[in-house]
Formats: sequence, structure tokens, C-alpha cells
Amino acid sequence: MAGSTPASPTVEALAGGGPARPVARPGTEAWRRFRRHRLALAGAVILGVIVVAVLFGPWIWPVAINDIDFGARLKPPSAAHPFGTDDLGQDLLARMLYGGRISIAVGIAAMLIAIGVGVVVGAIAGISRGSVDAVLMWATDLFLSLPQLPVLLLVIYLFRDSLKSVVGPEMGVFILIVVVIGGFRWMPVARLVRAQFLSLREKEFVEAARALGASTPRLVVRHILPNSLGPVIVAGTIDVAAAIIAESTLSFLGLGFPPDIPTWGRILYDAKDYLDVAPHWALFPGTFIFLTVLSINYLGDGLRDALDPRKVM
Amino acid sequence: MDEHGLRNLIGKVKSGRLSRRRFLEMMVGAGLTVPMAGHLLLNAGVANAQPAFTYKPTKRGGGGVVKLLMWQGPTLLNPHFAVGTKDQYGCRVFYEPLAGWDANGNLVPILAAAIPTVENGGVAKDGKSVVWKLKKGVNWHDGKPFTADDVVFNVEYASDPATATTTIGAYRDVVKATKIDSHTVRLEFKEPTPFWADPLVGTVGMIIPKHLFDAYRGSKSRDAPTNHKPVGTGPYRFVDFKPGDMLRGEANPNYHEANRPHFDAIELKGGGDAVSAARAVLQTGEFDYAWNMQVEDEILKRLEAGGKGRISIAPGGSVEFLQFQTTDPWTEVDGERASIKSRHPTLTDFAVRDAINLLVDRQSIQDHIYGRTGVATRNFLNNPQRFRSPNNAFEFSVEKANRVLDAAGWKRGPDGVRARDGRKLKFVFQTSINAPRQKCQQIIKQACQKAGIEIELKSITASVYFSSDVANPDTFRKFFADLQMYNTTMPRPDPGLFMNQFVSWEVSTKENKWSGTNNTRWRSDEYDRTYKAAQVEMDPVKRAALFIRLNEILIENRVVVPISNRPVVAALSNRLRAPMTGWDNDVFLLKDWYREG
Amino acid sequence: MGQYLVRRLLIAIPSLVGISVILFAVLALAPGDPFEELATNPNVPAEVRENLRAKFGLDDPVAVRYVRWFGAMLQGDWGFSFASRVDVDTLILQRLPTTLAVIGLSQVLALSIAIPVGVFAATRPYSIFDQLANTLAFVGFSLPTFFTGILFILVFSITLDWLPFVYRADIAETGWRWWWVHFQQSIMPIAVLGLFQGASWTRYVRSAVLDVIRLDYVTTARAKGLSERAVVVKHALRNALIPVVTLVALQLPTVFGGAIVTEQIFRVPGIGSLLISAILANDTPVIMAVTFVFSCLVIAFNLVADILYGWLDPRIAYR
Repeated sequence: MAGSTPASPTVEALAGGGPARPVARPGTEAWRRFRRHRLALAGAVILGVIVVAVLFGPWIWPVAINDIDFGARLKPPSAAHPFGTDDLGQDLLARMLYGGRISIAVGIAAMLIAIGVGVVVGAIAGISRGSVDAVLMWATDLFLSLPQLPVLLLVIYLFRDSLKSVVGPEMGVFILIVVVIGGFRWMPVARLVRAQFLSLREKEFVEAARALGASTPRLVVRHILPNSLGPVIVAGTIDVAAAIIAESTLSFLGLGFPPDIPTWGRILYDAKDYLDVAPHWALFPGTFIFLTVLSINYLGDGLRDALDPRKVM
Repeated sequence: MDEHGLRNLIGKVKSGRLSRRRFLEMMVGAGLTVPMAGHLLLNAGVANAQPAFTYKPTKRGGGGVVKLLMWQGPTLLNPHFAVGTKDQYGCRVFYEPLAGWDANGNLVPILAAAIPTVENGGVAKDGKSVVWKLKKGVNWHDGKPFTADDVVFNVEYASDPATATTTIGAYRDVVKATKIDSHTVRLEFKEPTPFWADPLVGTVGMIIPKHLFDAYRGSKSRDAPTNHKPVGTGPYRFVDFKPGDMLRGEANPNYHEANRPHFDAIELKGGGDAVSAARAVLQTGEFDYAWNMQVEDEILKRLEAGGKGRISIAPGGSVEFLQFQTTDPWTEVDGERASIKSRHPTLTDFAVRDAINLLVDRQSIQDHIYGRTGVATRNFLNNPQRFRSPNNAFEFSVEKANRVLDAAGWKRGPDGVRARDGRKLKFVFQTSINAPRQKCQQIIKQACQKAGIEIELKSITASVYFSSDVANPDTFRKFFADLQMYNTTMPRPDPGLFMNQFVSWEVSTKENKWSGTNNTRWRSDEYDRTYKAAQVEMDPVKRAALFIRLNEILIENRVVVPISNRPVVAALSNRLRAPMTGWDNDVFLLKDWYREG
Repeated sequence: MGQYLVRRLLIAIPSLVGISVILFAVLALAPGDPFEELATNPNVPAEVRENLRAKFGLDDPVAVRYVRWFGAMLQGDWGFSFASRVDVDTLILQRLPTTLAVIGLSQVLALSIAIPVGVFAATRPYSIFDQLANTLAFVGFSLPTFFTGILFILVFSITLDWLPFVYRADIAETGWRWWWVHFQQSIMPIAVLGLFQGASWTRYVRSAVLDVIRLDYVTTARAKGLSERAVVVKHALRNALIPVVTLVALQLPTVFGGAIVTEQIFRVPGIGSLLISAILANDTPVIMAVTFVFSCLVIAFNLVADILYGWLDPRIAYR
């Protein structure tokens, strides 16, 4: 029955259920459970294929991404152009492969920043009381109130040139975008984690761990945090999709990558006025964003189930 | 085309050996604007051509509601504070000027009884004054009569720097406005003014009522309640206004022209983007008119195929062009980037500019991006392709560009980029965010790549790019890049305030907080001399010849690369009949709009 | 609890002031100029632009401008828009009803989809319904609103011609026709926003219920013989609602100024489009007023959420 806690392996063994299984270390146990989660494996495979394709694709499909060919505009998929062409006759498969690196990298990096900062802030706020909590929540409210656009303009205007001189133009823009997108998405994660903490820290197992002498950091990291990851994982997958789309919004405002860099969000944005004539143009980036998000999510589900002994399967 | 040639042609028109239309076409081919050409004929005593538009309805009202869609909604309703055409349209529903400019460059009287000319004594021979006779029997929406007092008031209101109106440019040179009688006004100018039809005409000439605004002159101007509840002489009366969103008016039952307006009410909705505005008129028919269709022509054609609406193209003076930086934007001299004390390391070589001119594929840009909304041109001052003069055709040739660069000693390096004396042909090319512009940039970049020139594209949000914020490095006036591209508009039909973008006293520098209009910082004694001469030349033929010469100087020296002449493009419902123009607001004759069928 | 409430309210005031200082500083430092359109017009001489800037006090130092703004706010003067030359509160009040109607309803729609679907999916994990719900949710939040909006317009306005796509705030009809016309023009923006929001909320609800449904007290309730419905609604859901309450509290303030893309596509004259046009026109008074109200809402709703936690889970104590 869903929700029942299965008996431990040792008990099963003693009850004569079969030859006694060796008690596995939590790490291997988790990996074994992950492997048995079919959807998570499927997610891992899909994500793997996409990542390999965008990393090595340009060598297998060596078509230029900005070869303007007015004779082949808005063509549907064909042998010469497996994903079709856009309104300047540029090959969409090549553009998707090139832009995919950036989109996925931005999506994952921004998500990691948002999750990282959010979890840290939320955990500290959730476990402490009084002024630390109040100050952190004030900071969270502040960031929530900031209007994104003026802040974006300001940050980019202040830091673009100095970053460019330190790490070079592409890396500079990348860092800026990732920090900016991640920087606007950590607040919900912080509040969610804090809410979980508020409820979890009153539970008996925490009391028990404290009675056993666990210090607060250990309590947080080993006991409370693993149990509060549910909404964090959901937030993570949503954030990847949001980050990929946010990058295209930034580029639409001139603050992201230059307009000729074909990130997936940008291709989707360019295609939106041609939906009735050339639906293939929007279909491919949309589908790939969807697949990336899907696979990351199933991976996340698998991770959560693997780490939590009270699995749902 | 010199002065003698011009006089010859005008003589032919006068005697009937050359049609007015053909004359206008030839003038445009030589680089003049249509209104300027029209003005030449007007001053020579050639009668105005008959308007092509006929107004059919025989009674006032009964047409229902007319719905206009502007993808930037008007935000205020005082014509003297209008920021851009969107506000002018909102005001034009209620207010009217003395005259407007039609598509052929003719002055059409609206609140004036007739157009002043030298013949009828309206325009003084020395060019220092003009007398306007006003139409009689015109009333404001609140019933009070429209008189010369209102006109005099408008001149004073607009020219007062304390009011800080945006129309001040047209009224600054008016020394005095005098009321001669209740329906006659004389304007006196500081100097001989060849283009006297600027104050009180067109987009800057809408008249506001003295009796409602008199108490709010100067610094109190923002407090006037009539700022949001306009009382004008126009075909519609004010009903409601939500800034940025919706403007509503109802027919004026006492309008000063018979059988007008045809519609009972008008709605002007704002917001959204250009493509969906086109759809709302051409595909769903929710609106009758959509403004400023800055959309790829291919999309427009597709939408027109639905059969519900059509695109109207009215030729204007705007030109989309590429600018070359003449100073060095990457080095600071005395704390200033792109200072006139520096020189650009590579673009000062004529061969490089010549090559880039050959690498801009104007024809493809016209065919695949702008279509009817942007006619390829080689002239800064207006030129449809059909009339290009034989020795200065535009051409697109990668091979020729390569030859030019080779001959000038620019050798390709191992990375494919040309260099000479250690300086590479690598440029930063900036423009505003705008889908057709980005595509244009990509086309130019690709062609340049084939010639060994590397270009990095940069696009900036329009409100930042076109701002005058001193702290912002990305403005078009600062031009901290090597190449930039934008559309410069000619909001009034006289080229005087258009060609001043290349005179040396308008150079944009740190000292004048980058407020000068000369972004390229290009300086030439010949240009300065010719421009100064044109500004005070009263003989319109001599003046026209001088402007043609200014255009040629720019093109010969490859100071800029004009790309396309952008007409005014609007979407109209098939049943709507409305006279459009490229030299004034589309709604300049709103009174004459009607729906058929 | 009462003490906690009073303490939080007292803290809210200086924190609002602090936020307003930072907001003002950001706006003052960000690049851009309210009078940019005048810059491209060769007719407007530089002195006029400078005069306008001086008139609106744009050349004074930031601190002076802030104090001036704060003083005016305290007296109820929300400022004067550079772009429209009207009072800011007039602008905001004009748009408030539409915002509440369209954007507010979309949040209600999102919630009314997310909770039932999320709960149902969680009680039957990995079943067909769950897979379907998940997939639709992923599609929902992978596609940006600018895309789904245009898709809806293409399908329902242009191809099927069922619905108008340009929103009109004042409609001439009366009676039930008024409701019908309003429904026709609002259903698409409400659906676009509501479905996008509902997609991510469904995932959160499902995850939260899944977390809770495995706990012992749920098994106990079942063992006691309670109906599945009572178990889910009265026992599991209440505890699962904590993350949901957090999210809804975070999302509600964005009704006031967040649905920018949807408002732009459908031309809904809400506060979001007022904000974005003010930002692009660098109309600082409007931006300050809207973001200040926004931050008040953020603080208020987060406070409400914190109090609700206590009600949902009595073990959460407040000191």
C-alpha cells in the first residue's frame, strides 16, 4: 500500500524471507534505488543525449549557424535542413546545437545559484530565531520588491565592462546573465525552505537527534535539510525552464547575448510571429526546452526517492 | 542639377511642357523632398495640384465608431508637450493647426482661410514676415469663437522657454506675432526665413484656446486642467482619456466644415506591439486603422492576403542609414572617449568606408526585410531607386569591396581579418532593439565577413539608445562604437533641420553633454559653408540647389551609408477611406475620414 | 501570537523605509532618460530638454530627490508622471479594476486547477492520470507566456474567430451582455496566465502532498477506517498546504505589476503594462509608486503567510 514504511532488510532476512542480504552503505543503497526508478533513468538518458548532442554536434553537423541564404527561407524540415530554416535561410539544426550549449549552461548554472543561495538563506533563517530570521526575511522581501528591469539595466551597465576586461566578453556576459537570473529566483526557494524548517524543527526526530548531542549545523545538514528538499527539487526544475526563457527576455531587451547568438529562448522569440506560416521554427526550440525540463525533473524525482528511504514506488 | 537647371525645369512646368508630377519625381531623384519641390513651384506661381481624395458622404454623422490602434498609446493631450508622434495623434483628434502637409507636399488649409503666397501678399518678399488669414465661423468645442487672439497666444506660449514646450524649435525664430484684425495674424521673423511654413503648421502647429490656457503660461503650464480635457476646434469632442491606454471622442456637432465628421465617435487604443496591431486590422477587423507598421513586409503581405484590409505607404523623409565614427571611441583623450582630438584608427581611410558601402546589400534588405516599408536608397536626402542618377548608383559587390581593400594595402591575416600597420578591421556595430534592424545587422555582418572585416553586433534597448542621459555610455549621441545604424526622421518637410547633422558646430562632445546632433563628429569646411549659405538663401531655386550639393558632399565622401528611405506605413481596413501623408500625422485630415459600404 | 503580530508590524515600517531607499537609489542610478524621444528629434533644442529635466528636479542629487519624494508620499502626494503629466495615483486607480479582474482571476484559476489536480495526482503516483498531469504541467511552464498567448490568439481569434483579442476596459453594453463581452475578451489572458501559473503550482502541490502522504499519521487515519477523501482533505492536505501557502503569498503581489507579457500581448490596461511603459520611458515617479505599493504587498502577504503557518501546523511556535 502506498505510504507504508517497508520493514528493514535485516528484519526481512531474519523472518526467513531469503538469504540474509548484507547491509548496504547508504550511498550504494541510494544508487541502487535510483537505478530501479525507470523514469529517472529515462530522464538521465534523454538529458545525456541532449548534452552530448550540443557538445559534439557541431562536429557531426558542420553547417554554419549564420549562413544567410535568401533562397531557402522558412523551409520545413528536409534532408538538407533536418530542422528546417528560419526567415534568413539559416539552418535551424546547426543553430539549435550551437545555442543549446548556452541555453543549457545558463539554465543549469542559474538554477544552481538560485537553489544554492535560497537553501542557505532559508535554512539559516528557518533554524534560527528572532533577529537573524527577521533580517534574512527582510533581505528576502527587499529582493522580492525590486523591480527586475531597472535592476537588470543597472547591474549590467555597472559591471559589463569590468567583467569583459577580466574574463573576456563571452564569459563576462555569461556570468552576468547567470548571476542576474539566479539572483532573482532564490527568494521563493528561501521562503519555501524556511517554511519547511519551521515545521520540521518541531518534529520528534529533531528532538531526538538533539538529545543525542547533535550540534545545530549537523542537525540542519543531516536531519532537517534532506527532508525539506521536496519543494526545492520542484523549484529547481521549474527554474531551469524559467532561466532559459529569462535569457531570451534579456536578449530581447539587449541585455543578454548579442542578437545573433541563437539560444533556444531567442529562437522561440524570433519564431513567434511566424507561427502560422512556419510552425517548425518554434516547434523545435519549444520541444527541446520541454524535454530538457522533463528529464531534469525525472532525474530530480529519482534523486529524491533514492535519498529518502520511504520511497513511493 | 544646379540652379540654372532648376530654373529651366520650373519654367517648363509653368508653361505646361512638363507635368507637375514629373517635376516632383525628378526633384526627388535629385535628392530634394517633395514639399520642398512643391514649395519651389508654389513660389514660382504654379497652381496647386488637385487633391486625389474625394469626400463622398453627404451628411454629418451616421458612420458609427471609428477605431484606431497605436502600439504606443498617447500619454498626454497638450500638443505643445507632445513627445513623439503618438502624442501628436492623440492631440490631433481634438486640435487643429492652420494648415497641414499632404502626400504631394502641398499645404492644405485647415484653420487658415487660404495659404499665404508671395502673389497674394501673404509672404513678404524679404522673407521676414508672413500674414495668415484665418477661417471665419470656427468655434471651440465650448462654443467660444476662434480668433486671431488664440493664434497670437499660441506663438507666445510655445516660444516661452519657461513653458519648456517641445514645439519651441518652430517658434523660437518668430520675433513677434501681431493681431491685425480678428481674423488676420502677422508673424515676423528674425532673419529672412525661406521656410516660413513651420510655426502654426502641421505637427507643431496645433492651436490651443487662449481663454482656457492663458492663466497657465510659463512655469504654471503643468497645472492647466485642460491639459487632460482638451477643448479644440477639431472634428471630435473629448469624452474620456486613460493615458497609455484609451482615448475616446464623440462627433463635434458644430464642426466648421459641412457634412463632417462622418463618424459618430472615435476610439484610439494604445499598447501592444506592431505585429498584433497589424493582425487586429488586417485579420480580425477589430480595428479600422493601425499606426506605424514597423513589421517585415512579408508578414504584412501575408496578412493583407486575408482581404479585410490593406497597407498604405506614404513616402516621407526618414532614412535608415549607417554612420561611421570618425574619432576613436576606444581611447580616452582628456577623459573623453570618441573625442574630436582623436582620429579613428581605421575608418578614416576612405577605402575602408568605400568598401563597407559596397558591402551593404540594400536590395536584399529591401526585398527580404523592409519590402515596401523601406525603399533602397543611396541618398541621405531622399531617393526612390527608379530615379537614381547614372554616375552614383548604389551597388552591392563583395568582389569589388575585396579589390578596394586589397588595393589600399589591407592584407588578410591568418584569422581571415584584414589588417594594416598592425591595425585590424574589427568593428563594433550598434543599433536599437528592433527585429528588422537585427536582421539587417546580420546581413551586413555576413557580407563583411566575406571581405575580411569582422563585426561584433550590439543591440541596445531603444529607450536607452535614444536617451540623452549623460551617464549612459550606450546612447547614439555618444556613439562609443565604430558603426551605428538608426532611422533619422524628418518631422518637417524642410531639410534645414535635417542636414544640420553634419555641420561642425553641432559636433557631440563631452562639453556640450553630447547634445549636439552631429554624432559622427565629421567636419568639413565646404559642408559648413554650403549649409550656412542655404540657411539664408531666399530664392527657393538657389536654396534647393544648395541642398542637393550638401547631399552630394555626404555621398562623395562616404560619410554615411544610407540604406533605405522609410515611408510612413499604416494598416487600413478595406472599407475605410482616409487621406494619408508622409509629411504630417496620418490623422491630419481626420475630418475627411469615412467608411464606405 | 498577538505580540508576534504587533512586533512584525512594527518591524515592517522601517523595513519598508529601507526598501524604498534602495529602490529609489536603483532607479536613480539606472541608465535611461525620461525624455529620450526628444533626443532623436532634431527640432527640439538641447535647452528645452535641459529645462524639462530641471523642472522635474532630475538634476538634483539623489539624496535630495529621495527626501522630496518621501515627504510628498507621507502627505499623500504620490507624484506626477513625466510621461503623462497626470498624478500617479490617478493612473494607478484607473488601472486597478482591470488588473484585479483579469490578473486576479487568473490566480484564482491557477489555484483552482493546481490544488485538485495536484492532490489527485499525488494520491495516485505514477498512474496514467499522474503522468498526464505531469506532462501537461511541464509543457505549461516550459512554454513562455508570450508564446502561448500568441498561439491562443492564432487559434481562437484568427482561425476560429470566436474571441476578440484586444482588450477594452470600457464596454458600452449593459446587463448580461456586459458580462458576456467581458468574458469573451478576458478569457484568453486569464487562461494564458492561469494555466502558466497553475502548471508550476500543480507540481508543488503534488510534491507537497507526496511528502505528507507517506507519513505515519496518514496511515493511522486510514487504519482508523476514515474514507480516503477525509484522509486526504482533512489530514494530509492541511499539512501539505504549507509550501502552497508560501507560494501563493509570494505570487499574489505580482498581480499588482507582474503580468507584463500577457498584458502586452492582449493589450490589457493593467498595472503591469503601466509599470513596463514607465520603466521604458524612465518615468521615475510612476515606477517608484508602483514598486512601493508592490513592496508593501510583498511584506503584507509574507506576514499573512507566516501567520497561516501557525494555524496550519500548531507546532510552529512564535517567539
